[in-house]
Amino acid sequence: MKAPLTAGKGCGEKRHEIFNTQGVEGASTTGKREAKHNMRLRNSSMDGSDGSQLFDDTSATGPGAQGVYRNQQAGPQAAGGLPGQSLLSDPMSNLAMAYGSSLASQGREMVDKNLDRFIPISKLKYYFAVDTVYVGKKLGILVFPYMHENWEVSYQQDIPVAPRFDVNAPDLYIPTMGFITYILVAGLALGTQNRFSPELLGVQASSALVWLIMEVLAVLLSLYLVTVNTDLTTIDLLAFSGYKYVGYVLVHISANIISSAVSLVNHQTLCFSRMILGVVAGLLFGKLAYYLSLLWCCAAIFVFMIRTLRLKLLSEAAAEGKLVRGARNQLRMYLTMSIAAAQPVFMYWLTYHLIR
Amino acid sequence: MAFTLYTLIQTAILCTNAIAVLHEERFLSKIGWGVDQGVGGFGDDPGVKAQILNLIRSVRTVMR
Repeated sequence: MKAPLTAGKGCGEKRHEIFNTQGVEGASTTGKREAKHNMRLRNSSMDGSDGSQLFDDTSATGPGAQGVYRNQQAGPQAAGGLPGQSLLSDPMSNLAMAYGSSLASQGREMVDKNLDRFIPISKLKYYFAVDTVYVGKKLGILVFPYMHENWEVSYQQDIPVAPRFDVNAPDLYIPTMGFITYILVAGLALGTQNRFSPELLGVQASSALVWLIMEVLAVLLSLYLVTVNTDLTTIDLLAFSGYKYVGYVLVHISANIISSAVSLVNHQTLCFSRMILGVVAGLLFGKLAYYLSLLWCCAAIFVFMIRTLRLKLLSEAAAEGKLVRGARNQLRMYLTMSIAAAQPVFMYWLTYHLIR
Repeated sequence: MAFTLYTLIQTAILCTNAIAVLHEERFLSKIGWGVDQGVGGFGDDPGVKAQILNLIRSVRTVMR
């Protein structure tokens, strides 16, 4: 390894001499350093030229070709970005769209067919074919069934007439609306007693629904046991059991809203004794109104059920009022009475826990 | 009073199970509710007992 030369000469020369006069190990490193230095120079020159060619878009060989290719790639992408034009023009996406729409219609057909097997949707539509006049008359009959004379359901070529045309036909609109109103009024009743929380609405709803389902199942079982040849379908039974909800709503409204309105009025009286009397009257009136309306609605629904089921369950002779002997007819009579009697029991059971 | 839909399903399963475990020889025949004791005449009036027996037998057959 030769010693570095004296510092007497110039910088460039010294550097040059250092580069040239160092040993073998030094030479290898200098060689690398030189190669790196040269490479760096070459790269910078390449980048500079590349950048300029990208912007200039010349027709040079390597980088120029790459730049042109990149522009071509960007072209179709830009055209695909505009939604309307390329979708219609591209045959592949056309095919995909046609296939997708046929698949969707197939899926919908399958869903409709399977759903129709479990829930007869076309039959359900019959029960919701109501109008305002029918609803008004039916509500009137539910509350005051004593004046209604003709309870028969009129038929039209073996098919029961839609509820729109016959007041006696069962429908599902009133029970559904009654159920929803019952839940809302129950929430109101709980609210006026400071017992409300949002989960209780769901609890009330599922509880009432479960009682309804159990009652319908019990009635179905008893109908099967007594072997009654009747044309009452399950949905009919559901409708008849659902008419109770109108009674629930009336009872709750009369018990809670009247009492809360009375107490609200009493708060505004200034005289002390008048206030006490007012509050007591409000409480009494609340409970009294509850019991009176409960009695009225229970009697009404009892008579309604008996008169409706009499025509459907009993044989024709018994339905006209003649006394027919025979164990089977007696059994049918008991069945009718018990179905009708279960309604007031349910009404009391499901409303008293909301009254305090 | 807070019945949920889950209690309904539970009730249905438990009732079905209760009907399904009634043993034919050991129990039903002893109390006169066996299979051979239910079929009355061929009239169109089976009666309540025959219907109940039919129901128990069909539930047991389906659940087997």
